[in-house]
Amino acid sequence: MKLRLISLASKNIRNRGIRSWLTMIGIFIGIAAVVSLISMGQGLQSAVTGQFAALDPDKLVFTNTETGFGPPGSTAVNKLNEHDRDLIEKVNGVDIVVERLLRVVSFEYNDNVDFSYVTNIPEKKDSIDVMYDAINLEIEKGRLLNENDRGKVVLGNDFTGDDYGKEIRLGKKVIIQGKEFEVIGFLKKASTFTLNGVIIMPEKDLREILDIKDEYDLLIIQVKDRDKIGKVKETLERKIMDDRNLREGEEDFSIQTPQQSIETVNTVLDSVNIVIAGIAGISLLVGAIGITNTMYTSVLERKKEIGIMKSVGAKNSDIITLFLAESALLGLIGGIIGVIIGLSLAFAAAGAASSALGGLDFKISLNFPFLIFAALFSVVIGGISGVFPAIQASKLNPVEALRS
Amino acid sequence: MPGKQRTLIQLKNVKKHYFMGDNMVKAVDGITLEIKEKEFVSIMGPSGSGKSTAMNLVGSLDIPTSGKIFLDGQDIALFTESELAQLRGRKIGFIFQSFNLIPNLTAKENVMIPMTFQDQSREFSEAKAEELLELVELGDRMEHFTNQLSGGQQQRVAIARALANDPDVILADEPTGNLDTKTGELVMDFLQKLNNEGKTIIMVTHDPELAKEHSDKIYWLKDGKIEKITKGK
Amino acid sequence: MNKSRQYFNIALRNLKRKRLRSWLTMIGIFVSIATIFILVSLSLGLDASIQEQFKKLGSDKFFIDPKGQLAGPGTGGAVTFTEKDIRTIEKVSGVKEVSYWVLGSAKLEFGNKIRFANIAGIPLDRPNLWEETGFIEAEFGRTLKKGDSGKIDLGSQYYHNNVFERPVLVGDKISIHGKDFRVKSTLVTLGNPADDKIIYMGLKDFREVFPEKGERIDQITVQINEGADLNHVAEAVKKKLDNARDVDEDNRDYRVSTPEELLATIGTVLNIITAFLLGVAGISLLVGGIGITNTMYTSVLERRKEIGILKSVGAQNKDVLAIFTIEAGLLGLVGGIIGVIIGIIFAKGLEYVAVNILAASILQVAIPAYLVIGVLIFSFLIGALSGLWPSWLATKVSPVEALRYE
Repeated sequence: MKLRLISLASKNIRNRGIRSWLTMIGIFIGIAAVVSLISMGQGLQSAVTGQFAALDPDKLVFTNTETGFGPPGSTAVNKLNEHDRDLIEKVNGVDIVVERLLRVVSFEYNDNVDFSYVTNIPEKKDSIDVMYDAINLEIEKGRLLNENDRGKVVLGNDFTGDDYGKEIRLGKKVIIQGKEFEVIGFLKKASTFTLNGVIIMPEKDLREILDIKDEYDLLIIQVKDRDKIGKVKETLERKIMDDRNLREGEEDFSIQTPQQSIETVNTVLDSVNIVIAGIAGISLLVGAIGITNTMYTSVLERKKEIGIMKSVGAKNSDIITLFLAESALLGLIGGIIGVIIGLSLAFAAAGAASSALGGLDFKISLNFPFLIFAALFSVVIGGISGVFPAIQASKLNPVEALRS
Repeated sequence: MPGKQRTLIQLKNVKKHYFMGDNMVKAVDGITLEIKEKEFVSIMGPSGSGKSTAMNLVGSLDIPTSGKIFLDGQDIALFTESELAQLRGRKIGFIFQSFNLIPNLTAKENVMIPMTFQDQSREFSEAKAEELLELVELGDRMEHFTNQLSGGQQQRVAIARALANDPDVILADEPTGNLDTKTGELVMDFLQKLNNEGKTIIMVTHDPELAKEHSDKIYWLKDGKIEKITKGK
Repeated sequence: MNKSRQYFNIALRNLKRKRLRSWLTMIGIFVSIATIFILVSLSLGLDASIQEQFKKLGSDKFFIDPKGQLAGPGTGGAVTFTEKDIRTIEKVSGVKEVSYWVLGSAKLEFGNKIRFANIAGIPLDRPNLWEETGFIEAEFGRTLKKGDSGKIDLGSQYYHNNVFERPVLVGDKISIHGKDFRVKSTLVTLGNPADDKIIYMGLKDFREVFPEKGERIDQITVQINEGADLNHVAEAVKKKLDNARDVDEDNRDYRVSTPEELLATIGTVLNIITAFLLGVAGISLLVGGIGITNTMYTSVLERRKEIGILKSVGAQNKDVLAIFTIEAGLLGLVGGIIGVIIGIIFAKGLEYVAVNILAASILQVAIPAYLVIGVLIFSFLIGALSGLWPSWLATKVSPVEALRYE
């Protein structure tokens, strides 16, 4: 029986033609806006966190507490040093410690000067292996650095091409912080723009040209047994606190799995995304009010019909069901159209952004639970918007209604 | 009117007053009547006599200001509106002067609606509707929309609809009011046939000839009260 | 003129007739107008308060920053200034004073609690240009002077906002990187939580606390002589510095910015963000407008007979168009009025929260008359536009048809 009420409801919607459409446009614009903004937000998130080259789950990232925003180690209160490194290496369960430095240097070629990020290859071979394993460095021309190289650099893909007037070729010399280095390799174009614009050089050289003494920006710790990573983390924390004479709650460092460090970024991006989606959500609210308006008008127009139905045995609940079905249907159709439009917009925007900002990969994932939720949500919105009009319809006195 | 008949509808000193602005209108001002099984009853009166209001009360479509109405022995004041609607849907079939079919539905769908509200299955409703439409000789117009039908055809659909739940009582409010003479006769013949088959018919009309021709009993209304009761044919 | 007034009256009465429907339609408008209003007034306010802060600086100063920093100033990068650069700049004609500072982050300890904050080292043997302009002003105590050693000035957050869970008072001792420093003053609030958390100390002390930073200087502020031309002097400074650092215009490793340029950049960024948010908020206005279209459409359908009557007594198409368009415009306008009122209340509320609870008095709200009037006119226009199509439909009703239709 309920099904027939629903088919009656859909007939009514069809018969009101343009007005049903105008009402649904409101809903689908609102849903499209929210869906597209949230999807684009997620795409942006994947692009940004993708930059932080996800490391495997068997590695921990060790940094000192930062006071500001910037690449790891840049705003650290104390720099990590050899003492820290040696201490960590000795901890049970730690396999290899990879020392990382991330700085900025002046880069000159063909009399053109610019500033670029530079990072180190660790001194020890097994650290180098871990690093190469963790960060997928793929060589396009030439070769990667090894533990014996001095005075040589590998450049990110952005350095190919003639931004410097002349193309930089293998074997050529570039001037970094005033010293000459030979270019022995170029990386393939990666999806992270930090990799594309980076200079990789041997650690000893980097320390020399920037006069870096005993400090590291971060340490990557590879554990022996992936399943014991939690325990190793705890042990490390205790050892460092002991060493630095800190009490609980006074930690001036952080040991995170790569996942956790990405989460921090995500939290910030999430809040931004929510605020923006919230503003978009206001349009949904407005659309819902539109449904209420349409339903009230519908009740007015169909007073007589409601009277007839009551005279042939319709209960109040039947009338309410009928009107709720109508408003929910309006919500549903609007919602489905909105989801489709919203996704299309998001895909289009992501495509445009990816090609315009080469190097950033805006992936829009089809998050089905979310999409289904969006569609269902609009049904609910439709339903709720129709409640008051439906109740009003059911309260009509059949005699008066017939008189209309 | 042979044998012992059950009382189907009873009104005891029923009054219906309502306000139009500051004035109180006594539409029905103390009516007592009894409708028994298998009767053909007419409620007569000039316009303003309260017969339409009376019909609404007899049909349990309206609640009295004072007095009691009994439908099948039960006091309708004790029912909730929903319960009353259900009961009414089973016991009484309405035929209105202006047909009151639901627009945008086909003839068949209109006839099926009362059964929908009594929770009948789709197969059952559809079969019954077709049967009823055949009965009123509209078998070939079942899928037509109401705005595609003539006045007479619409009224016949209304009759079919009124019969949908096999009610004990058919309430017809000026059933021939909007029809030409010939079609009107057809409709009245049909109502007569229903009465012969055992259905109770209550008809409201302003046409005394019509009333005398078909009814067993005629209630004459004036100013909201029963002026006299006469026998019909 | 008289005609328009009559139309307004008719329109108003029609709206009053269908009260519930008019209200529902207007809710859509006022919600979106309120949002737009709040966004714009926040943006204007923020812009105004930033400009104000810059104005305090005066128009006789400009800044020199090294390029190639990792993050903000003090994060260390490829380029650094030294005392040598300062002396070079001083010698340029037109330069009155040169001030500079170094930034570092340190671990603080006070009352058994540990915090981390940014420390600024300023040379005490030079006039503090930031103090001169009122940026740095003591609320309690006295700011650092030449010869002060082992003493610090604290940003207002340390007193007002419980960085250490209780106010730090003048005379208290804070340990920075293990060394004790006595608080000489706590400063007046700037309204910017980041700046209000900075600790100032003398350059000599700074170098001792941060030996690894060597002799680096992170930012230079230059004040020009009275009556000198800012851009002129800036150019001259650039030439001399280029020479001293052995760079030329192409590979200059630092940046000279006038307050004007900085303001322009900030202004641009602010505008972009505001425009984006407005775009998003505009979507709800679009939906609200469609709501007006829907309502007017229904209205036209219901009043076919009325339109027929109007036409049969001499109304022309343009009169019918005018009546319905004005009605639609009124829906927008009244919605706009309510939206502005709500917007003002919310915006002021936000400002209150920002200033009193978040200590971010930089987040101000501007409600200029032109914004209010502009938004109101805009709402009316949106309404009228949304009603244009239904109004056009209304004109298509033929008088005879409408009178017959019952």
